[in-house]
Amino acid sequence: MNLEQETRNDIVILYVKEERLDAHNSVDLKAAVQKLFEEGKKNVLVDLKEVRFIDSSGLGALVSGFKNAISHQGNLKLSSLQSQVKSMFELTRLHRVFEIFPSAPEAVENFQ
Amino acid sequence: MEGNAIEVDIKVPNKTRYLSLIGRIGEDIARELERYSGDRETLAYHLNLVLTEAMVNAIKHAGPKEPEKLVRIVITIRLDDLTIRVYDDGQGFDINSIPPPNFEELEDRGRGIFLIRSLMDSVSYRKNCKENILEMKKKLV
Repeated sequence: MNLEQETRNDIVILYVKEERLDAHNSVDLKAAVQKLFEEGKKNVLVDLKEVRFIDSSGLGALVSGFKNAISHQGNLKLSSLQSQVKSMFELTRLHRVFEIFPSAPEAVENFQ
Repeated sequence: MEGNAIEVDIKVPNKTRYLSLIGRIGEDIARELERYSGDRETLAYHLNLVLTEAMVNAIKHAGPKEPEKLVRIVITIRLDDLTIRVYDDGQGFDINSIPPPNFEELEDRGRGIFLIRSLMDSVSYRKNCKENILEMKKKLV
């Protein structure tokens, strides 16, 4: 999976540079997020700007990351969801679980 | 795609790397339908998703008979009726015993069949003499 990582104000931003987040590649995202929390990072932002398709495995990988954040007393937030992707969060009620921001800079502000 | 029935019969290796190929076929079908009056891009996403979820399901349940197995997917459109059938030759499962996700508990898994059921009009999973068939139907209006 193509992931780009950037750190801004102690917040690690993971940019998912894939059109699809599905059963084929979501294990990679799950592992990357897990590694960050195990390394002691506390604040992780997953930016989905380029993701135009997500399936139940992709949602599951993000849920796994969210639970990882909780167990490490950290935070995992999301940004830049395309409308169809966002509708999948709504259908599965996960929009009530995640803090979702329109853009990465807006999410970064919120971590402060 | 007017009037006449269309049947797309595909076999792909049971590997997740082919999910995008199958999903894209669903999207293309949604965009080419002449009679559909609803939102085409939403339908494209939904067909991509149900095909992806159904194929993942077939990969999970695939039998151990051959190392390189194929998943067979048949998409039929007849007037306003869309039917997708996905075949696997594994142990199978009772689709009616799968509960909807518990929205209060955060599980990593268990949303695939829920999504299929939410987006299609009817879903069944049955066994014939040699394989299991996940059948999903949707009225295209």
